[in-house]
Amino acid sequence: MWEHFAHQADIGVRATAEDLSSAFEETALALTAIVTEPKKVEAAESVKIECSGKNEELLLVNWLSSVIYEMDVRKMLFGRFEVKIENLKLSAKMWGEKINQNRHCPAVEPKAVTYNQLSVKNENGKWTIQCVIDV
Amino acid sequence: MARPQLKQIGEYCWQIEPFGKMRVPGIIFADHNLINDIDEKTMSQVCNVAALPGIVKASFAMPDAHMGYGFPIGGVAAFDPDDGGVISGGGVGFDIACGVRTLHTGLSEEEISGLRERLAESLFRDIPAGVGSTGNITLSTVQLDNMLAGGAVWAVEKGFGTKEDLSFIEEGGFAKGANPAKVSPQAKKRQQEQMGTLGSGNHYLEVQKVVEIYDNAVAEGFGLKKGDIMVSIHCGSRGLGHQIGTDYLREMASQAASFGIDLPDRELASVPVNSPLGQDYLGAMRSGINCALANRQILTELVRRVFAEIFSKAHLTMLYDVSHNTAKVEEHKVEGKSKNLLIHRKGATRSFGPGSNDLPPRYKSFGQPVLIGGTMGTSSYILAGTNQSESLAFSSACHGAGRSMSRTAATKKWQGSQIVKELAQRKIIIKSRSMRGLAEEAPDAYKNVSAVVEATANAGLAKKVAKLLPMICVKG
Repeated sequence: MWEHFAHQADIGVRATAEDLSSAFEETALALTAIVTEPKKVEAAESVKIECSGKNEELLLVNWLSSVIYEMDVRKMLFGRFEVKIENLKLSAKMWGEKINQNRHCPAVEPKAVTYNQLSVKNENGKWTIQCVIDV
Repeated sequence: MARPQLKQIGEYCWQIEPFGKMRVPGIIFADHNLINDIDEKTMSQVCNVAALPGIVKASFAMPDAHMGYGFPIGGVAAFDPDDGGVISGGGVGFDIACGVRTLHTGLSEEEISGLRERLAESLFRDIPAGVGSTGNITLSTVQLDNMLAGGAVWAVEKGFGTKEDLSFIEEGGFAKGANPAKVSPQAKKRQQEQMGTLGSGNHYLEVQKVVEIYDNAVAEGFGLKKGDIMVSIHCGSRGLGHQIGTDYLREMASQAASFGIDLPDRELASVPVNSPLGQDYLGAMRSGINCALANRQILTELVRRVFAEIFSKAHLTMLYDVSHNTAKVEEHKVEGKSKNLLIHRKGATRSFGPGSNDLPPRYKSFGQPVLIGGTMGTSSYILAGTNQSESLAFSSACHGAGRSMSRTAATKKWQGSQIVKELAQRKIIIKSRSMRGLAEEAPDAYKNVSAVVEATANAGLAKKVAKLLPMICVKG
């Protein structure tokens, strides 16, 4: 499950899930939702991502930064994500398509991932992860 | 943390006495209403900046200050490199050298009145704007490096605009000391197809008219008179700047501790200016400044072509181009002595007073034009730098209205289509590809720009010269 939370200038993304990999997948959906409804994105092409981080929080920053990079360079949006995390190493496959101005009506472009309100927490077996995206 | 204790030290100036790890006070310029609007998170960001090594005099916030990440937006801080002073990636932000460029068109309101819809359509068609838009120029790796070293000077050499444009840009059109070798291949890749694009979010291109003159002599010096039609472009360094910020924030955050810097907030990511990483970032960040200057120069040429197609009489000349997300080495007086300091302005505009050597000869006796962008429905302002601004806040002023409401709250409150209709009734034409994007940028989601400008002028940071109202707005 993902949601956006308010930040005075930018947009926060938050996800909750029972395992860390699913929470990471959900934050990426929240990232896409800054631009358009993830449901509107067709799975026409797939792209692979690998990244790592010194801890789970920095892994989250590197993961979403990598997704933003692929969106920007390929002019694509992604609507489905499969993430595997082992020992702070992440490998992912994501599916999406080229931005279509008429169908996606993209609202705003994510510029970068900030360290603002960045947290990865596990409470009672449930992961809650979040950060603020600069738009 | 709780809202820190504020002491009013001037009619438009408030101080936070140093406490905890603060090395210097926090100083906020505002009137009574604006100071009440500045929330505790923004104040704590002002205090966090005051804790960074080598900070000189104070951690400043302009009247449009609001919550950023690391630095507040509207934050100004000077660091002394000879005293362990730092450079902070978070103090510049991700949109390096985002700024405003304003152009004269040589046209009056009557001359464009019957052709406004056509002008709006043509600008919307020919100026790449919004998410995923690409420019018509694709740069090779070598060309990209030349652009990063040369800024607007490179763009003029490539046929975008004229040499006369350059003296009306900060530092003559390019940041010296750029080092494209310190910009990652990923950052360069993001930029390859993005030259000459506006971007999205709060970026825009506006056709505006001058509706009020506050200072006749300075307005005349800037070539402004009531009824003049102007064009303003608000955008930055696009994907390249965003990636430089991403790359260096990561490095700075991880190296800060090795220099004994205790970061109160990771986003403040700082290292000493005189460290290898500090110098690398300076070289990369200056490349980002040049990218933004080249981008606004290319967009200027695209705007000129649109105007030339429709108005034979149009003659678009530069008023000025000023960036509001930068760190620059400038000479300032501290306790009577001249010092080279690194001035971070995060959502704040440089505001040099009359006589400054960086000003074009034509403006030398008037001060630097300070360009304040409003929102789609409200006014923009042209101010002039004052000599007083030097002693107040290292020659700095506000940069815009500043958001007062989050994007998530704005989309719940307004609909884009309703905003377009309301503005149409006020004869403002809005062009955008996204209705949600418009709702996020609703004029009422921002502070009152007139109040921000009034407080800036009353505080002495800059003086009011002219007020502009939007006629056409192409939203990014």
